[in-house]
Amino acid sequence: MFDITVNGVKHQVDVVPEMPLLWVLRDELGITSPKYGCGIAQCGACTVQVDGAAVRSCQARMADIAGKAIITIEAVGNGKLHPVQEAWIEHQVPQCGYCQTGQIMQAISLLKSNPKPTDEDINEVMSGNLCRCGTYERIRAAIHTAAEKIGGN
Amino acid sequence: MGEKPGLSRRAFVFGSVAIAGGVAFGQYGQAQPALSSAVAPNPLTADLGPNSVTFNPWVEISPEKITLIAQHADKGQGVGSIQALMIAEELDLEPGQFEIHFAGPSPVYFNTGFAHELAPFMAADQSPEAEKARAAALEWLRKAGLQMTGGSSAIPDTFEKLRMAGAIARETLKAAAAKRSGLAAADLRTEAGSVILPDGTKIPYVALSADAAKITPVAVAKLREPSQWRFIGKPMERLDIRSKVTGEMKFGIDRTMDGMVYAAVKLNPNKGQPIKSYDASKAQSMPGVQTILKISNGIAVIATNSWYAMQAAEVVDCVWEPSIYPAEQADHWNVVASSFAPQFLGKEWRNDGKIDAGLKDGTLVEAEYRAPYVGHQPLEPLNGIGIVTGKGMEIWVGHQTPQSVQYIAATAIGMKPEQVTFHNEWMGGSFGHRLEFENIRALAEIANQMRGIPVKLIFSRKEDFLQDIPRQIAMGRCRGSVKDGKIVAADLQVAATAPFKELLARMGAPTKDPDGQLAVGIWNVYYNIPNYRATSFEVQGLSPSTTWRSVGASANGFFTESFIDELIYAAGLDPLGARIEMCKIPIYRKLLETVGEMADWKGPLGSGKGRGVAFVESFGTAVAEIVEVTMTGAGIKIDQVWVAADVGKIIDPVNFENLVQGGVVWGLGHAMNCELTYAKGAVQQTNYNRHEAMRMYQCPVIEVRGLENDYTVRGIGEPPVPPAAPALANAIFAATGKRIREMPFNKFIDFV
Repeated sequence: MFDITVNGVKHQVDVVPEMPLLWVLRDELGITSPKYGCGIAQCGACTVQVDGAAVRSCQARMADIAGKAIITIEAVGNGKLHPVQEAWIEHQVPQCGYCQTGQIMQAISLLKSNPKPTDEDINEVMSGNLCRCGTYERIRAAIHTAAEKIGGN
Repeated sequence: MGEKPGLSRRAFVFGSVAIAGGVAFGQYGQAQPALSSAVAPNPLTADLGPNSVTFNPWVEISPEKITLIAQHADKGQGVGSIQALMIAEELDLEPGQFEIHFAGPSPVYFNTGFAHELAPFMAADQSPEAEKARAAALEWLRKAGLQMTGGSSAIPDTFEKLRMAGAIARETLKAAAAKRSGLAAADLRTEAGSVILPDGTKIPYVALSADAAKITPVAVAKLREPSQWRFIGKPMERLDIRSKVTGEMKFGIDRTMDGMVYAAVKLNPNKGQPIKSYDASKAQSMPGVQTILKISNGIAVIATNSWYAMQAAEVVDCVWEPSIYPAEQADHWNVVASSFAPQFLGKEWRNDGKIDAGLKDGTLVEAEYRAPYVGHQPLEPLNGIGIVTGKGMEIWVGHQTPQSVQYIAATAIGMKPEQVTFHNEWMGGSFGHRLEFENIRALAEIANQMRGIPVKLIFSRKEDFLQDIPRQIAMGRCRGSVKDGKIVAADLQVAATAPFKELLARMGAPTKDPDGQLAVGIWNVYYNIPNYRATSFEVQGLSPSTTWRSVGASANGFFTESFIDELIYAAGLDPLGARIEMCKIPIYRKLLETVGEMADWKGPLGSGKGRGVAFVESFGTAVAEIVEVTMTGAGIKIDQVWVAADVGKIIDPVNFENLVQGGVVWGLGHAMNCELTYAKGAVQQTNYNRHEAMRMYQCPVIEVRGLENDYTVRGIGEPPVPPAAPALANAIFAATGKRIREMPFNKFIDFV
């Protein structure tokens, strides 16, 4: 049994220590916003926050993250939309949308460490998040908009 | 034959059939003659609750809610939203006032949007003969009753009929309100989900459902004028955007059910071949594993968690029947190369002038081009939930062809198609992947062995890659001649596996007609070249292949527009200027001029920079693209792309731009970085690190302009793809002097 806190709620899960967080969230706890895309940290669709850092949940073994605070996209806005989510809506970023929760989680992390990123900064950090529909230009634009929103607040 | 000069006919797979009155979709045409949509019942009637009304197969109103039916499946292209909004346009509903449901299988949802593609005439041809053939194709489609999402057809199919569905519902609700209030319907109006009486009293539609059910739907003669539109043509928020940004959207892979078990599979990577034997002793004792089953082409692990299932499936030791196609990739290419022979002739689609004489008249230019197998690999892996009982199977899966899901699942477990109840899901991408059936067949077989228990199958990414039926492998052999600054002749020959013909066969509707998709991109070429021939050869005995975003044109467009560029260069002409000069169709010439204006094209750039242009019409939509690159110390950098596309009418301008940009990213990314190759009968690339396509750092600025000069409404999902690869290759040539004639380009040049 492992203790895990997701979005402020404590859970106990009975899984093997090797099980990655992604499948604990999805199949054990029914939290489906982190997506399974590649399973080898190549696509970023499973990105969540662990103790405030963006983490590929398909690579985070339960044994290594038990007791840490997990945040998924449901909790990033504290009951409202996060400025990054607002920007995503303004720019109408998603097509299929499957990668977008991971993209947003990565973008939030980027803006925390770099509140005014350039295009190059964005490319550097966001290139680990694959979008098969090809919404990259809108993602870049939305991150700039979100930076303004956060900076202005 | 009533041909317009330069607009030649083709006998398309459907077209020839439609004209001959035969049946290409044998399964649909023959098995369900009584279900042709002229007589097919409205499928919403069957489950209609008390005091509820359905006016037509797209609108249902109960005392509680309004439900709008999306007949085309949503794989990210936005039709889940726009179909409902086109109904709402005429029905006077606001976003938030209705639910969207995906349609179940019914011939009433036959796709009228294929009529243009099926008729053997070029897109720009508005001759009476062409229109007659399109009308005949439409009637054939009505009889066939095939419900399919694909071919960039959703908007052409639904633009009229969904607005009409909304208008009929509106007028019938007004009639019900008139009857109740004793007023004339003409004195009533509608707004935001209510009928409004002259005194301002609002009667919500839901309050009229029982009364409206007693009235025969009112015929509507005329749809609203564009000046009255509230949504169409204006920037609007896609109805699925918010849920995709909050994480609330449930894709197929997110659905759960009480009592559900998880399944993972390991299937024979020699596509289409069965399993011989297996040893599951190691997997059997792994955590979470409940049971291990044999299915016809592999094994399935049933477990309490999809990760446990995938881990165990990985270690099951399987002995496979060997491949029926060459085991090694080099032999695939050898087979393609040897298929330019009469016994493999698909069709000579076009033969203008005197090609042999034309080729001898001037300087001969020859080139050979290649397009490899490529994967679809949408980010949501193949999945589905199925329950089999003695009565039949119920299946929840995102798919583009509901009736084929019924047919494939039923056939796999010895049932009849009508015993399979299908529910569609929001899809995390497709690009053609969800026209195929690898997950459907496996899920049916597994659930049939687990009767009564809901089984959720999820393919691991590795299995998804291994089982992905790729884009056709293709080779183009091109000859042409130039003389006195003009192109005198072009002879385009393509040898490729036949993607659409193969898909039809797998759908249970084999045809002997040549694959019309192998004509697209070599046949519908609109340049004034006096001697022009286009021929397809169908390669036999290789890996199965299928439709991949833009299908035939994804390879052929690269061959043709690269080779035309070679001829233009040999003739000493400007790549854009020459195309404009040669283009015979005024609205297409306008597109080329427009993209030139957008890029401020002024000829060669010098200092390591180069621009390439390409123009391809596919699925009726003409798209012109210019790519600009810089040769840097670290390789080619794509600086910017300009795109002009003409769809006749832009329905949703924001989504239009997004789809065009996405199509360019798709076309460029795969042309630069992707191929699937076979070794020992299996695909060697099993995750995105070996099949990356485009990541953000390579994505240029993509400027888009939509034109509305075409005479009919066209789709935009696929047509931006084909010009991307040749425009990039032509740009690289302009920057470096190096012609790249084979995808992926990164085998020949580095990219930043």
